[in-house]
Amino acid sequence: MPTSSDTRWQCFMRNSTQREKNYTELNMASCSRTQVISLYRMLVKESKKFSSYNYRTYALRRVKDGFRENLHVDNPKTLDMLINQARENLAVIKRQVSIGHLYSAQRTVVEKEPHL
Amino acid sequence: MMNRTLSRKLLVSMCGICSRRLSFAQSAVNTVQKQKELIKSRELEKDELRPLYMDFQATTPMDPRVLDAMLPFQVNYYGNPHSRTHAYGWESETAMEKARKQVADLIGADPREIVFTSGATESNNMSIKGVARFYKAKKNHIITTQTEHKCVLDSCRILEAEGFEVTYLPVKNNGLIDLKQLQETIRPYTSLVSIMTVNNEIGVKQPIKEIGHLCRSRNVFFHTDAAQAVGKIPINVNDWKVDLMSISGHKIYGPKGVGALYVRRRPRVRIEPLQNGGGQERGLRSGTVPTPLAVGLGAACDIAQQELEYDHKRVTSLANRLVQKIMSEIPDVVMNGDPDQRYPGCVNLSFAYVEGESLLMALKDVALSSGSACTSASLEPSYVLRAIGADEDLAHSSIRFGIGRFTTEEEVDYTVEKCIQQVKRLREMSPLWEMVQEGIDLKSIKWTQH
Repeated sequence: MPTSSDTRWQCFMRNSTQREKNYTELNMASCSRTQVISLYRMLVKESKKFSSYNYRTYALRRVKDGFRENLHVDNPKTLDMLINQARENLAVIKRQVSIGHLYSAQRTVVEKEPHL
Repeated sequence: MMNRTLSRKLLVSMCGICSRRLSFAQSAVNTVQKQKELIKSRELEKDELRPLYMDFQATTPMDPRVLDAMLPFQVNYYGNPHSRTHAYGWESETAMEKARKQVADLIGADPREIVFTSGATESNNMSIKGVARFYKAKKNHIITTQTEHKCVLDSCRILEAEGFEVTYLPVKNNGLIDLKQLQETIRPYTSLVSIMTVNNEIGVKQPIKEIGHLCRSRNVFFHTDAAQAVGKIPINVNDWKVDLMSISGHKIYGPKGVGALYVRRRPRVRIEPLQNGGGQERGLRSGTVPTPLAVGLGAACDIAQQELEYDHKRVTSLANRLVQKIMSEIPDVVMNGDPDQRYPGCVNLSFAYVEGESLLMALKDVALSSGSACTSASLEPSYVLRAIGADEDLAHSSIRFGIGRFTTEEEVDYTVEKCIQQVKRLREMSPLWEMVQEGIDLKSIKWTQH
């Protein structure tokens, strides 16, 4: 009988890209695994809302690379620290996104269509 | 006969920009003055797309994390950090000291050795004039280079008027100084050597460690303007034996209007303060420390320390991409400055047979600069390029590409594409390029006066 976390897992697996599938190889307790993945998705979702092209691309890139480089971290203390850092960054991104919307400027030359 | 046909042919060309290229005999001042008028300053219209920002040496956008750290101190925690009697002052002071520690950690110093200033210009002024004036009785010689920032050169000029002796060391063709020459120039009555770590125009990285050791062995204070280097290359003031270091906030994704000066305590460097008052900042720089700005600088330094490797790797790969793409598509492009001893994010390219200002005008979708922002108001071509021995015409046609933390591959590709397109177009219009294609050696032409 699949548990709810397993179904969520399968759902995630089906919808994610190959890159995201790599994050499933996280070597730790299963509750942290879903925690980390949901943090990642929230960070990406918030980063896409930046109105400035440079900030948006930087945030997306940095979040991706940051999670990728910490893929094989084992030590639970480090893991906790990283998760807390990620939560703080998420709060920063949310605040800065709203400030960006309050003071938005025109698009830059390389942006193809208006962002979300 | 040959000269007359040539000069007639050149006269015939109607291109206004290119006709100025004939005036090798005319003064450079006249030429550049006319070209400066071509780029008129105007505000962007409402729906006009913003140009790409590729001028990271002039200033950098603030990192969102820095702004986030600063805002609470602009809104609620607005106390004066020097107020000792209430919570507003205490919390402000705690934040200021935390920022001081963050700045000190980035350069390997002790927090008590950091003085907050209003920017690298003030730090440079403080250190050069301060050290020179303090040790005036026994030592009155100062050594600097010809490629320094304008504030350093101007401070030295003022000191010369006060009676000091200043030596401006020349640089080699690759922009680096000659250590042997420096060694010979140091005299027993030299008080200060000032050499910048990374040049803001050509991006060369001076051998600061060797210079530091040399100065320490000869008992001379060593000041370095590290505004462009802090947070971009690993710095350790103890390894490098640096006595004074200037830091600028807005070059490391921090706020504008703040900087710091590192003043060594062991062995003690004494400075005559420029700004007198209530004795803040160890008496070296009186005045209320702007807490939000200091917190911003601290946050920027903290972030820079964490992101140093990641940023460096990325900037190097983007810069290589830019340079290789441009150099493979168009011939006669010269990179100014040493190709190895450099910070990769500052690329200064000279496009032969193309005027720098007209290329900048053509690349209006990209924010670039030809030479440093602080000298763009003057009429002469960049003194840094002149000091490294670049030809007059190459010095006029140089463009500085700045790459930073927020630059993307799309931006670099767009810039490269536009640049190649415009250089080819401008060269098509240039009679000099035509002559070069025909195989005429430009240096052998005798230009006639009109």
